[in-house]
Amino acid sequence: MVTRRDLLQLAAATAAIAGAGGGWSRAFAQQRLSQADLLAFEPLGNVTLVHVTDIHAQLEPIYFREPAVNLGVGGAKGLPPHLTGRALLDAYKITPGSALAHALTDEDFVALAKAYGRVGGLDRIATVIKAIRAERGERMLLLDGGDTWQNSYTSLATKGQDMVDCMALLKPDAMTAHWEFTLGEERVKQLVDALGFPFLCQNVRESEFEDEVFKASETFERGGVKIAVIGQALPYTPIANPRWMIPHWTFGIREKELQAEVEKVRGEGAELVVLLSHNGFDVDRKLAARVKGIDVILTGHTHDALPEPVRVGNTLLIASGSHGKFVSRLDLDVRDGKVKDVRYKLIPVFAEAIAPDAEVAAAIAKHRAPHKAMLAEEVGRTETTLYRRDNFHGTLDDVICDALLAERDAEIALSPGFRWGATLLPGQPITRDDVYNATAITYPAAYRMTMSGARLKDVLEDVADNIFNPDPYLQQGGDMVRVGGLAYTIDIGKPIGSRIGDLKLVRSGAAIVPDKDYVVAGWASVNEGTEGPPIWDVVFAHLARLKTVAPSGSGNVKIIGA
Amino acid sequence: MKITMSRRAALGLGGAAVAAMVVGAPRGAFAKNDHADLIKAFTGGKEPTKGKVKLDVPDIAENGNTVPLTFSVDSPMTADSYVKDVLIVADGNPRGGIATFHFTPSSGAAEASTRIRLAETQNVIAIAKMNDGALFIDSKPVKVTIGGCGG
Repeated sequence: MVTRRDLLQLAAATAAIAGAGGGWSRAFAQQRLSQADLLAFEPLGNVTLVHVTDIHAQLEPIYFREPAVNLGVGGAKGLPPHLTGRALLDAYKITPGSALAHALTDEDFVALAKAYGRVGGLDRIATVIKAIRAERGERMLLLDGGDTWQNSYTSLATKGQDMVDCMALLKPDAMTAHWEFTLGEERVKQLVDALGFPFLCQNVRESEFEDEVFKASETFERGGVKIAVIGQALPYTPIANPRWMIPHWTFGIREKELQAEVEKVRGEGAELVVLLSHNGFDVDRKLAARVKGIDVILTGHTHDALPEPVRVGNTLLIASGSHGKFVSRLDLDVRDGKVKDVRYKLIPVFAEAIAPDAEVAAAIAKHRAPHKAMLAEEVGRTETTLYRRDNFHGTLDDVICDALLAERDAEIALSPGFRWGATLLPGQPITRDDVYNATAITYPAAYRMTMSGARLKDVLEDVADNIFNPDPYLQQGGDMVRVGGLAYTIDIGKPIGSRIGDLKLVRSGAAIVPDKDYVVAGWASVNEGTEGPPIWDVVFAHLARLKTVAPSGSGNVKIIGA
Repeated sequence: MKITMSRRAALGLGGAAVAAMVVGAPRGAFAKNDHADLIKAFTGGKEPTKGKVKLDVPDIAENGNTVPLTFSVDSPMTADSYVKDVLIVADGNPRGGIATFHFTPSSGAAEASTRIRLAETQNVIAIAKMNDGALFIDSKPVKVTIGGCGG
């Protein structure tokens, strides 16, 4: 909670403090937040890298609550980005209740979200980027880390065209990818061919002969400095997402090939080498210590937002958050092929403080116009905060799991541990737009099947190892699969096969029996030919019956060894 | 180079990409894997030394039905000093045998690439036998996941 003392310490002489509600008044928060302050940056050196990543097709401002639980394992235990809440604020000496504190943590989330308002919006991001470009001109490079083209209604309906068109107005210099691949090989190639800037993936290869599918790197000249940008797509795309959608492509980290690419671009005269990465933060931290010659890694995938770079040897790691909530600006002074100095700011995009860019706002409106009335339709209301992030459960998935249990008449529900999905505040109506923002994927079938208790445990063990294996190279990102109707304990420090225990049906308290079959409903199966209604229709049907939801967020998972 | 290969490995090479069920078919109970017997028959019970042979397999298989495997053995491949045979086995498949590769000095280099099938997470083991009878070994774990939730 923000205490009154915190508020007084923060309050400028001119600011007023809200009386009621214990939170900040809107006027107070907005008085403190100005576009000029958010963008303020004393320029440095001859190169500016601007990084956005994991926008997840969010064209309009949203609320987004950062996780309270984001555990690190092995060498990453207790290190950023595995600090949350007050621990993160303390580590970076950020004043609780401040705009940055609100942007980076879940601390006192509801009160501060009401005070500071929504975040992101591609038109606001455009304003930030255009302002930096106006100031830095040809010194600036804009790089998009991917997860840009999917996970909203319009991005699904237009197969990514809305995002491609709107992003084009920002004039990116290069991008890499992950969820883009869920559009399928043919559509990805079609969009990439018309993109007008490079789609860089050194680690995507044709599966028979391992030929490159996309360009591995591109060299730019900015501020008189030769900059090589190497792209790295999510190495686990064919495992984390349906492989049948990209049958001719193979991925992997491809560390050796990456090292060779770094040496190649250095040999060709690159003075600054940037890895535009969708590996996930912990993978990149390990990679930075093993692959030599990378100056900057612009990380993505794991949705971490860090107010300062993390340094590994001579490599700087930048974590720019997700959902359009942040824009990263990294100024570098590069001379004689060396980075002499850096200055960094993680710019929070507070939608009420930053003016929308008219050109991009018009493009967004054009894409949303045909669906506007449908998307605005209210399908329910929430009495508690609906959020997705946290390693083991989120209230948004509680609603989805409840919908699966009820509408598909199942004993157990499984919902994937996606890290994307906007947050809704208590009292907020739930619109069709909101449901799509949490579920819009190209493989949405809500299946219903029987599964033995042993198989169920295997699935949980397998997913847990994808997140908590102490070797980052075996971590796929994402969070633990969410469960409904099922309770279990997890000891994250144990090896695969022995993390999950004490599986029980919530309703009866009965222990899960290995050789007994259970009726399980879920969605987002990576198997081709999965049958069932799209998950959003399941959620719509459920909300139509319930009208109001109020998940407590207490969850059914007991965590040991964290 | 002559290759003898188990039926299972040959099927894996066939390459029909059958998607691994995320939440479907259960992992069956299989008979005891015979990789240890195959190694014993190949080595005559002699303990191989770590080194010389380098096995390259992915940390995580994208598709257990067709996992790329490359090995190379450090050898001059001359009439005096060359690699004769390389045995590849896996310790978690229903049957341990994958392939045996046979070389001669005129092979030029003792290396090969293929695709193998792995039923679950397990170790893949390569043992090289030199013309003087010396034995070298490398082993790598390959994770075969049921399916992820990355995002």
